[in-house]
Amino acid sequence: MAILRVKDVSKRFGGLKALTDVNLNIEENSVHAIIGPNGAGKSTLLNCLVGKLMPDTGSVLFNNNSVLGLEPFQINQMGISRVFQTPEIFGELTVMENMLIPIFAMRDGAFRMHAYETIAREREVVEQAEVMLEEMNMADKREMHAASLSRGDKRRLEIGMCLSQNPRLLLLDEPTAGMARADTNNTIDLLKQIKDERDITIAIIEHDMHVVFSLAERITVLAQGTPLVEDTPEKIRGHPKVREAYLGEAA
Amino acid sequence: MDAILLQILNGLDKGSAYALIALGLTLIFGTLGVVNFAHGALFMIGAFCAVTLQKLLNLSFVTLDETQKDFLGNPLKVETPFIEAWFGPEVGAMIIDWSVPLSILFAIPIMLLVGYVMERGLIKHFYKRPHADQILVTFGLAIVLQEIVKYFFGANPIQTPPPDVLSGSVDLGTMVGFDPNAIIYPIWRLVYFGFAVGIIGAVFSFLQFTTFGMVVRAGMADRETVGLLGINIDRRFTIMFGIAAGVAGLAGVMYGPLNPPNYHMGMDFLVLSFVVVVVGGMGSLPGAVLAGFLLGILESFASTTWATTTIPGINQIIIYLVAIIVLLTRPRGLMGRKGVMEE
Amino acid sequence: MLGLNKKDTSLLIVVALLTLLAPFILNPFPEGSAMAQFNAGYPDLMQRFVIFGIFAIGFNILFGLTGYLSFGHAAFLGVGSYSAVWMFKLLSYNVIPAIALSVVVAGLFSLLIGFISLRRSGIYFSILTLAFAQMSFALAYSVLSNPKFNLTNGETGLQVYADDPQILQGANAPDLPHLFGLPMRATYTMDVGAWSFDFNAGYYLCAIIMMAVFYLSIRIFRSPFGMMLRAVKSNQQRMNYTGLNSKPYTLAAFVISGMYAGLAGGLMAAMDPLAGAERMQWTASGEVVLMTILGGTGTLIGPVLGAGFIKYFENIFSKINDNVLHSWFAFLPDGLEDAVVFVIHPFIGKGWHLTLGILFMLVVIYLPGGLVEGGQRLLKRFKRKKKDTDDAPSGKTEPAE
Repeated sequence: MAILRVKDVSKRFGGLKALTDVNLNIEENSVHAIIGPNGAGKSTLLNCLVGKLMPDTGSVLFNNNSVLGLEPFQINQMGISRVFQTPEIFGELTVMENMLIPIFAMRDGAFRMHAYETIAREREVVEQAEVMLEEMNMADKREMHAASLSRGDKRRLEIGMCLSQNPRLLLLDEPTAGMARADTNNTIDLLKQIKDERDITIAIIEHDMHVVFSLAERITVLAQGTPLVEDTPEKIRGHPKVREAYLGEAA
Repeated sequence: MDAILLQILNGLDKGSAYALIALGLTLIFGTLGVVNFAHGALFMIGAFCAVTLQKLLNLSFVTLDETQKDFLGNPLKVETPFIEAWFGPEVGAMIIDWSVPLSILFAIPIMLLVGYVMERGLIKHFYKRPHADQILVTFGLAIVLQEIVKYFFGANPIQTPPPDVLSGSVDLGTMVGFDPNAIIYPIWRLVYFGFAVGIIGAVFSFLQFTTFGMVVRAGMADRETVGLLGINIDRRFTIMFGIAAGVAGLAGVMYGPLNPPNYHMGMDFLVLSFVVVVVGGMGSLPGAVLAGFLLGILESFASTTWATTTIPGINQIIIYLVAIIVLLTRPRGLMGRKGVMEE
Repeated sequence: MLGLNKKDTSLLIVVALLTLLAPFILNPFPEGSAMAQFNAGYPDLMQRFVIFGIFAIGFNILFGLTGYLSFGHAAFLGVGSYSAVWMFKLLSYNVIPAIALSVVVAGLFSLLIGFISLRRSGIYFSILTLAFAQMSFALAYSVLSNPKFNLTNGETGLQVYADDPQILQGANAPDLPHLFGLPMRATYTMDVGAWSFDFNAGYYLCAIIMMAVFYLSIRIFRSPFGMMLRAVKSNQQRMNYTGLNSKPYTLAAFVISGMYAGLAGGLMAAMDPLAGAERMQWTASGEVVLMTILGGTGTLIGPVLGAGFIKYFENIFSKINDNVLHSWFAFLPDGLEDAVVFVIHPFIGKGWHLTLGILFMLVVIYLPGGLVEGGQRLLKRFKRKKKDTDDAPSGKTEPAE
């Protein structure tokens, strides 16, 4: 069953057609990669899924509920978590606090005025955060300011924050962009581990073919704002249309 | 009809000042991305350039006039300004009479220098810091500048009269066919309006028709892209800051005859100018000018007896009310662009 | 203790001791001595210390935690004062209903203004609050003061008149603000040798309230809510993508800080039953910004320190004049003495604002953490030096710290 259905989505910016009639289904518990040359509309599509942009036409259904017109926080509460291209974390807060916030958000909803309680008293939340830090191998860094972490650790933390909410769908926007090879491989391993251990659907937008082919079960190729082909990695590898799209970019 | 026209005219002088200050604020904001809380202080410094020149021109030496006696029978002390001694009484008196317009020449280098020093010495270090820090440091600077002026010139307003020929009023109404005395308008207000229009025109054509202006406009649209083109945008932005300071200063120089300058005039205008910028649309130069004049005229309408008897004090809150309504209905202001200061 | 950790508890105790013993601490110089003019232990000034402390603590909950810089908080202080004086006029001179109403009204007012201002963030927000404050000032100064509808009494300021209803004012109750019969002006003066210490009822009321709201602010800082507010400051994007709506969080912080301001305004009126529009001017809002930044934004104790610092120097610095300077530097040769006095002159007396402006700029530029950060840096350097001297001669073990 498809957990996310994108139907006939189009988006224009002034005279520029960013997306044209995009149709896309992401199956539950799969790893689905969306690839394409620069300017193919990958980021626009992603932003339409999470409430940052409103498509001009079409519909986006998550779990058979429309997400169009909702705020990002409402979409997150439905079960979609997003990992950004450059890690978006709370830099001035400690690693532990970074992990606590999403868990509180999960438990208390979009807003709760818990101004007189102390964090230490919220044992359950603190325990969950500790487990998650443990799982991310970051327990020893819990008191560090998140801004002082290495790039790879920031990425781990961000992914951990998203996972702590047990999302149904995890969206990753070029998670290894700008990373050194070692960090990239670590991230791939981490994502593989997540895929194996959890009941989760992963949609990944990626430039790096190494990452895509190590992880994805299905791949959609986007070119000039419209899906070119969708298939398994094996089939995509040798597909003439894909080559054309990428060679076209190179030329 | 003539009453409406009169109110529009009455709004022009304040509107001009708002427009000029808002124009400078927007230039600085658009190019450097800095909100300058010290911009009002630049306006005030301009006004005090005129005060200073007037004082300098009036520097006098004392001679004893043996032909005239005071009531004690001593020779009368006569103060003669140096300027009259050097250029002869007639030319000297004329120079003194025209001290406010002459201050423009005096103020331009001073304002450019002040702007340059401010940008290189202080603002430059705050480009990368949060907006709150920029506001705070320029706010502190505004206090300091204001207190320095207060120290040298005292707390009381200082008269800076316009030249004699420009100090009366004209009956504008008769010129366009209304009854005599329907629209009596002080000449200096016309001068100020014309001056403001001239400066605004100069700034716009500068930005429109010179390569420099083109680069700056591109920089306002997208700072990073222009940086990639390998153009030394930072240096141009410094010059831009100097120009913005100059515009504010000139607005201040010529404003003196309308309202005697005092040390806190900058702060008074600053708050309203911010409102003007926000109403016009942050980062939009035409918006700043348009909103400046609109709000000035609106204020003038709200100051009529009819308005103030209907709602007492309406003249003092009208601008804020309009600003709030505009921001609630058009969050980007009248002519604001999408994407400018959205985060 | 009280649900606080050890460090916070000791901070609270230190603050409590300092405020309770303030009449001693602030009057270290004997009466009549040359230094007596630096005593700050008189009731009026001490009241202002704690009242502005409350104001700054509240402001810090908004600015220090969420990073939203409001330039309009004086409006809430003013509204608090007006509400309190109205309670005096209508009910009685008892300060409790007056203070309660000032908090409630300021809360409602800040809810309204916050709701509108928080539709925008960053600079827009600052300018909107500034506009609102100026509008409130104009409203109080002229619009709401006309024969048909006189809410503020304009330029004269709102005060209690003999023909006001005061329906609950008992026959024997004091004819000035009091707490169930204890007048706020009641002062007990204790003379110890050459020293003299004033214990003022009003001051102690303010001090106790300040300790209570300081405690409250510690709780807020340490709560999940406080953590969310810091998240607003740190990264709103991440917050929204984490399922949190940052708007109500910021609005709640805005209203809380508005209520703190209202409380301060109410107390101000309770100390002196008068409310004027000038309290709402944006320069007054600027003052609380100065206090918070100077003391240390986002720290617990910073705002209180900043408020004390500014109010102390405003009163004491501005008293220093050239004669005082001459007497200080009398040991210098005449010419030099005059030169020194000449140089210092612009910064003292009426020039105090110049000093304040310069100081403020220096803090923003070099010491973003304010006095608190400065103190910590000094302490660190001092500790390191001490360690060095300890280590060098004997090489004994590091003192347990």
